[in-house]
Amino acid sequence: MSLDAYPLVSDWLTPEQDRLLIHTGKVDIGQRISTALVRIVQEELALPPGQLGIAPVRTGHAPDEGITSGSNSIEQSGRAVAAAAATLRARVLDIAVAQQGGEPANWVLEDGFVHRTGTNIRISLIDLAGDLPPNLPIDPDLPRHSPAQSPKPDMRGITEMVTGTFTFLHDLDLPGMWHARRISPPHAKATLQEIDGSAIDKAEAKGIQVIRDGSFLAVAGPREWDVVKAARSLGIACTWDLGGGFPETDVFAHLAPENADRFPVVDGTPQKAPVPDALDAPDLSARFERPYQMHGALAPSAALAEWTGTELDIKSHSQGIYPLREAIADSLELSTDKVEITHVPGSGCYGHNGADDAAFEAALIAIALPNTPILLKWSREDEHAWEPFAPAMAVQVDAKMTDGCVTAFSAEAHSDTHRGRPRPGPNRAGPAKLLANRFRADAMAPYIAPPNMGKHAGMHRNLDPIYAFPEKRLVKNLVQNLPHRTSAMRCLGAVTNVFAIECTMDDLASQTGMDPIAFRQAHLTDPRASAVLRELERRLDNRGPRPDGTGRGIAYAQYKNAMTRVGIAVDVTVTDAADVRLDHAIIVADSGRVIDPDGLTAQLEGGFIQAASWALCEEVTWDRDGITSRDWDSYPVIRFDNVPDIEVVLLDTFDNPSVGAGEASPGPTVAAIANAIQDCTGLRMRRMPFTADALKQAALAL
Amino acid sequence: MTLSLTINGTRHDIASDPDTPLVYVLRDELKLKGTKLGCGLEQCGACAVMVDGKVVLSCVSPVEVFDGQEITTIEGIADTEIGQRVQQAFIEETAAQCGYCTSGLVVAATALLSDTPAPDSAATKEALTPHLCRCGSHPRVLRAIERACAS
Repeated sequence: MSLDAYPLVSDWLTPEQDRLLIHTGKVDIGQRISTALVRIVQEELALPPGQLGIAPVRTGHAPDEGITSGSNSIEQSGRAVAAAAATLRARVLDIAVAQQGGEPANWVLEDGFVHRTGTNIRISLIDLAGDLPPNLPIDPDLPRHSPAQSPKPDMRGITEMVTGTFTFLHDLDLPGMWHARRISPPHAKATLQEIDGSAIDKAEAKGIQVIRDGSFLAVAGPREWDVVKAARSLGIACTWDLGGGFPETDVFAHLAPENADRFPVVDGTPQKAPVPDALDAPDLSARFERPYQMHGALAPSAALAEWTGTELDIKSHSQGIYPLREAIADSLELSTDKVEITHVPGSGCYGHNGADDAAFEAALIAIALPNTPILLKWSREDEHAWEPFAPAMAVQVDAKMTDGCVTAFSAEAHSDTHRGRPRPGPNRAGPAKLLANRFRADAMAPYIAPPNMGKHAGMHRNLDPIYAFPEKRLVKNLVQNLPHRTSAMRCLGAVTNVFAIECTMDDLASQTGMDPIAFRQAHLTDPRASAVLRELERRLDNRGPRPDGTGRGIAYAQYKNAMTRVGIAVDVTVTDAADVRLDHAIIVADSGRVIDPDGLTAQLEGGFIQAASWALCEEVTWDRDGITSRDWDSYPVIRFDNVPDIEVVLLDTFDNPSVGAGEASPGPTVAAIANAIQDCTGLRMRRMPFTADALKQAALAL
Repeated sequence: MTLSLTINGTRHDIASDPDTPLVYVLRDELKLKGTKLGCGLEQCGACAVMVDGKVVLSCVSPVEVFDGQEITTIEGIADTEIGQRVQQAFIEETAAQCGYCTSGLVVAATALLSDTPAPDSAATKEALTPHLCRCGSHPRVLRAIERACAS
C-alpha cells in the first residue's frame, strides 16, 4: 500500500548534508517504529546511527500512510523503507563500479562508506546517494541484505528520556505562547445555558481570555497555573442543561442479537448474508464480557496551534495527521493546504485517545486568538471522561465435541463500533467524529459508524478461531446508540475474542481430560503455531510444576490470524483477600524475521502488562451525572507491585517476512490469566476485570 | 517576601504566585521541562522530584511549601554518582517506551538507591508503586535498577 502510493526511493530516503533522512508517515507512539526503521536502513546500508535521521512527520511532506495503527507499521512503512534502501544499495554500488571499476562483488558497504575491498578506495555513501536521480523508482523485488552482525540495540531518544531532555508536545514552549484548558460539560448530554458574568470578568481581569462556541468552552492565558485556576472557577460558574441526565443503560443486557446489525463472518470477513442458525445442543455454552475501558494515556492529550489569519499550524500527537487535517479543514471550511499538522510525540496512546480532539480544540482557540501559539492541555479528568473509550463487548461461544475433538464451534461478538477516528467519509464523517463539533453552536450529531466489513477489522478481529474446527459459525453483532463514544483501542475486538476462545479451549480440554497444550496441538494445523506451543511447553517443563496454592494458565493466538504468533503461560496466586497476584509469565513469539529484538521484546512485555491491567483492574464507570471513573483512584490500573517476572522467547524465523507485533500479546494474556485463576480457584471468570470483588461474587455464586 | 528555592544546587528567586504547585514553577518559570505533568492529583508519579533526598510528587503542593529546601529534579540527577549509575542502567536496559514516566522513575530509583543501596525486588516494587507506566516498561525498569545496584 505504502509502496504503491510512493514508488520512488526519494519518497522514503533522501540525503541531506552528511545524513540520510528517512521519510515515513508512521509516528512514534511508544512502539519504537522510528528505531525499527533506522535499524532496517542500518542493516541495508551500514550507516552509523549518527548519519541517519527521521524527517519530521508533517502533512504535505511525509508520505501519507493513513493511521499508525493495527500493528501495520513494520509491514507498510518498514517494507517500503527496506525496499528503498535495498534499491539505493544496489544503485550506489552500480555508480561505484562505473566510477572506479571492478565488479559489484568487489565492493562492500561499511561504516558510511562504499569500499572496494583490497584497496584504499572509500567513497562516502551519502555523497553517492546524492548522485542518484531524484525519480529513481524502488525495485521491490531486490532481496534484503543480511549483515553479518545486527546493529546494537540503540533506541532512539532513550538518553534524552532518561536525562529529562526529550521534548514531548507538552513541553513545547514558543515565544508568546499561551496555555489553554477546556471547561468540560458534566457529561455528553449536557449543554451550556449560561456563565456567571462576574466569573468571566474576574478571569479577564487576570489576563485570561474566555473562548466560547455554543457549549464548547475554553480559557487561555500566558501563565499555565492561572489558566488551570481560571478553568476551575469558570467551571463552577457555568449552568448546564443536563438533558435529562446521562443514560444509565445496562450495556451488557443491551449487547444482544436483537439490538444488533448482524453479519456472518467467513474467513475473518463479515458478509451481507443471512446469519446461520445457532448450533443445536452444544456441549459447551458460555458468554465472555469486557466493560468499557480507556486508553488512559499517562499524559493527557495536548496540542499546539497557531492561526495566522489565513493558515493553521498545528502540532499534534495524533496517529493520523493526514485524515485529521482533512477533518479539521472541513470543520473550519478551510482548504486542506491552509492547514499543516506536524506530529510531535505525546505519551504512549494505545489507540485513538483524545489527541485528535485536542488538536481541533486548540485550533478553535487559536482562531479566536490569532497570531498566538496556543498550547492546549486536557486535564486528567478531561482525558478520563472524554477520550473515546474501547467499546464494551460480549462474545457468546458454543461448541460441540465428538471423541475429544471439536466438531462445531460458534462465536458471536457483540459491541459498538471501534471506528471513531476522524477519517473523512460520507456525511462529513471526519468532522462528526471530532468531539468539539458536538458542542459548538452549529452542533453536529454523534456519528453513527457503518459496520466495518474489513477482514479481521473491528469487533471481529480474531473472532475466527485459528484452530481447524470442521464447522465454524461466526457472527458480528454491531450494537449502536449505546451511552459512550467509542473508538479504536489496542487490538480492537481481538482481546475479548481471544479471551473467549482461549478460555473455551481450556474448558473443552478439561471436559475431555486433556492437557490444555495437548488439546490445542490436536486442533492446530499451522506448524509455526505448534512450534510456539512446543517451546512454551519446554519452558514450562524447565520451570517445573507450579507450586501448591498457585494456578497456571496458558493461551495461544496469532494476531489477525496473520501476524505474530504468541503463546503465553502465567502463574498466579490468589490471596486470602481474593486479589490476583501475577507471579511469573512466559511469552513465546514468532514474528518472522526480527528487526529490533529489544523493541519486539518491549512490545510483547508491554502488551502483557497493559492486558494484565485490563484483565485485573480496568473498568469505566458512570451514573446519571456522567462518568464517575475520572482519575487513577476511581479507574485503577496495574502498578509495579503486581508486575511478574516475565520471560520472553523470540523464535526468529529469519526466512519469513517480518510481521507486526505491537498487539500480539494482549489477547492471550487476558485468557492465560483467566485460565490461571480457574486453575487456582476453580472459578471461571467470564467478565473483565477479575477484581477481588468479582472473584468473591463468583465464589458466592458456586 | 521573596520565595527562593535551591534547585539542583542553584538558588532561584521565584516570581510565581506562592500557591502555584511546584511542577508549574519548575516547568513554566524555570523552564526545567524534564519534570512531567501527568495528573495534577499526586496519583501517577510523572512529576516526581527529590526534596532533601526524599521522593516528592510536585503537582499539588504549592511552591511556598518548598521555601529553603534542596530540590533535585531529573536535570540534576546526574550530579550524584548514584544518579549517573541509574541513568546509565536505564539506557543499557532500554528502560522506557514512550518515556513520559521515565523522569519520575529515574528520580524515584535514585532516591531508593541513595537510601537503600541494594533493595530486594519487593522493596523496589514498593518504592515504584506510586509511579504509573502505561506502556508496560516495568520489567525493564526493574532490571535497570538491579543493574544499577550491581554496577
